[in-house]
Amino acid sequence: MTMNFGPQHPAAHGVLRLVLEMDGETIERADPHIGLLHRATEKLAESKPYNQSIGYMDRLDYVSMMCNEHAYVLAIEKILGISPPIRAQYIRVMYDEITRILNHLLWLGSHGLDVGAMTMFLYCFREREDLMDCYEAVSGTRMHATYYRPGGVYRDLPDSMPQYTPSQWKNEKEVAELNANRQGSLLDYIESFTDRFPGCVDEYETLLTENRIWRQRTVGIGVVSPERAMQLGFTGPMLRGSGIEWDLRKKQPYEVYDQMDFDIPVGVNGDCYDRYLVRIEEMRQSNRIIKQCIDWLRANPGPVMLDNHKVSPPKREEMKDDMESLIHHFKLFTEGYCIPEGECYVGIEHPKGEFGIYLVSDGANKPYRLKIRAPGFAHLASMNEMVNGHMLADVVAVIGTQDIVFGEIDR
Amino acid sequence: MSEHMEKFHSQLEEFFRDRLISSTLYREQITLEVDAADAIHVLTDLKDNPEFQFEELIDLCGIDYLSYGKADWETQSTTNSGFSRGVSQDVYDDQLNKPARFAVVYHLLSISHNRRIRIRAYIHNEPPRIDSVVDLWSSADWFEREAFDLFGILFEGHPDLRRILTDYGFIGHPFRKDFPLEGNVEVRYDPDKKRVVYQPVSITNRVLVPKVIRHDNRFEKTEPSETE
Repeated sequence: MTMNFGPQHPAAHGVLRLVLEMDGETIERADPHIGLLHRATEKLAESKPYNQSIGYMDRLDYVSMMCNEHAYVLAIEKILGISPPIRAQYIRVMYDEITRILNHLLWLGSHGLDVGAMTMFLYCFREREDLMDCYEAVSGTRMHATYYRPGGVYRDLPDSMPQYTPSQWKNEKEVAELNANRQGSLLDYIESFTDRFPGCVDEYETLLTENRIWRQRTVGIGVVSPERAMQLGFTGPMLRGSGIEWDLRKKQPYEVYDQMDFDIPVGVNGDCYDRYLVRIEEMRQSNRIIKQCIDWLRANPGPVMLDNHKVSPPKREEMKDDMESLIHHFKLFTEGYCIPEGECYVGIEHPKGEFGIYLVSDGANKPYRLKIRAPGFAHLASMNEMVNGHMLADVVAVIGTQDIVFGEIDR
Repeated sequence: MSEHMEKFHSQLEEFFRDRLISSTLYREQITLEVDAADAIHVLTDLKDNPEFQFEELIDLCGIDYLSYGKADWETQSTTNSGFSRGVSQDVYDDQLNKPARFAVVYHLLSISHNRRIRIRAYIHNEPPRIDSVVDLWSSADWFEREAFDLFGILFEGHPDLRRILTDYGFIGHPFRKDFPLEGNVEVRYDPDKKRVVYQPVSITNRVLVPKVIRHDNRFEKTEPSETE
């Protein structure tokens, strides 16, 4: 029997169309049809100056926005041969980890929901809200930040947080409660989150880790051996869940990850349950990294953008009375900057795995070829192998464990 | 790091001596350029030889070099047409700046040695053909389907070479440089026929920022790895 799953299905995580060949309840072959969200991001980027494509990167994997930007910005910096100020590197690392928690919370919520744990979704979105506020405070938007720029980050962390105001729905007392941890700077706000968050992770674990239904649905489902995981091009938690200790933050550190103290969780059996445990532990480790960044950022003020006006725009005030700044500004926003002829590949440890940008420049102000290596693409390609012989309901668990997001798979 | 890379680079050059078109070490990344016919042998060696052991195919992608190094706007000298609005894309010369129009680029990762490498295989025949590497790395399956879909590169020996990202029944290979950015067809719902219909595109592409090539020696001077 052939069955069509999706593309309009709540457990398909977007627009996945799965054509399943089944024998009763058992899957014999799964053929994912993708591309329903294909926007040709790579081709669009070829027609635009470098900086105008940063915003496209947010929209690839739209639950881990800043990490996508990070790979793109690093690729440009690598060919240009520049490196951002140290403070910008710490800010990037901190926001990468905030993004990792954001991503894993959405993964946990929706994976739980798919498998039948409704409460998880509500719990996870409660914490996501606070992290979205961190995005908003620093970039003005809650999702598509466009915050990282070649040469640093767009602006420094703000000294104050936006406040809630009383309305007909919320009285003074409720508002005061909401504003309680927003009295200081953004760093104070993030710190109050990191103090609270390990407790939240404990809550999630209370609900799931020993839960009988959760274990029945995930233990022994979608088992991938380490050899197959490498063959299938797995990276990130999918590879670590199969027992291979591989994390680009440790093995090929970029930015200031070599200064950070954190551990890499590794699974044993390579099933959905182990990958769940790996991601839960990653959230705790990310929390640790954020704490270290906060301490460093408090103690070390400094520039967050290179002073090289061939790449980064001059300040608005300077532009008003300095001819050269005006010229730089004009050139940057009309033509952009040219990158020397060359090519490079930069991979970063994205929450889903290795997110890579392969950039080919022919010396122009636009990329000649931009290839986005999306971790989810390789993971979804293994769908057939992972669900073979399982029941129909396990397909949903496997989609959940692969952490599929169509923005990056279809690009 | 860089010393280690140089050593590895010369080791590779030694090993693949007669099969390489060229090899470069740029920004601490090694690129080997080979001919399409040799690619499968070089890749097999890279995977199976214990000295290299590239267990993972991280990425595989096609490149179309049709307009490589050709700008919309002349920047080196003043000409009658040079400092125009620069919006016409026809100032190209016809000559190809690369050995062949199409290439397939493989990015390999060795987990046991913690190394990466890039292999570029130039494809000379038309339509472009190259041997599939699905038997070496299973992850090549979808990557090759993607390169076929977007560039029309045929992978011989691929078990199931279908389009993957574009629409069912799509015509053309959209990432080729001669495929227009706005596409050829658009879809709309036809209330008379009561279905979605295809029709030629009604929009035109407006180039807001022309492609300009400037040889900026400020950045080229910084070649030695200053990031370390």
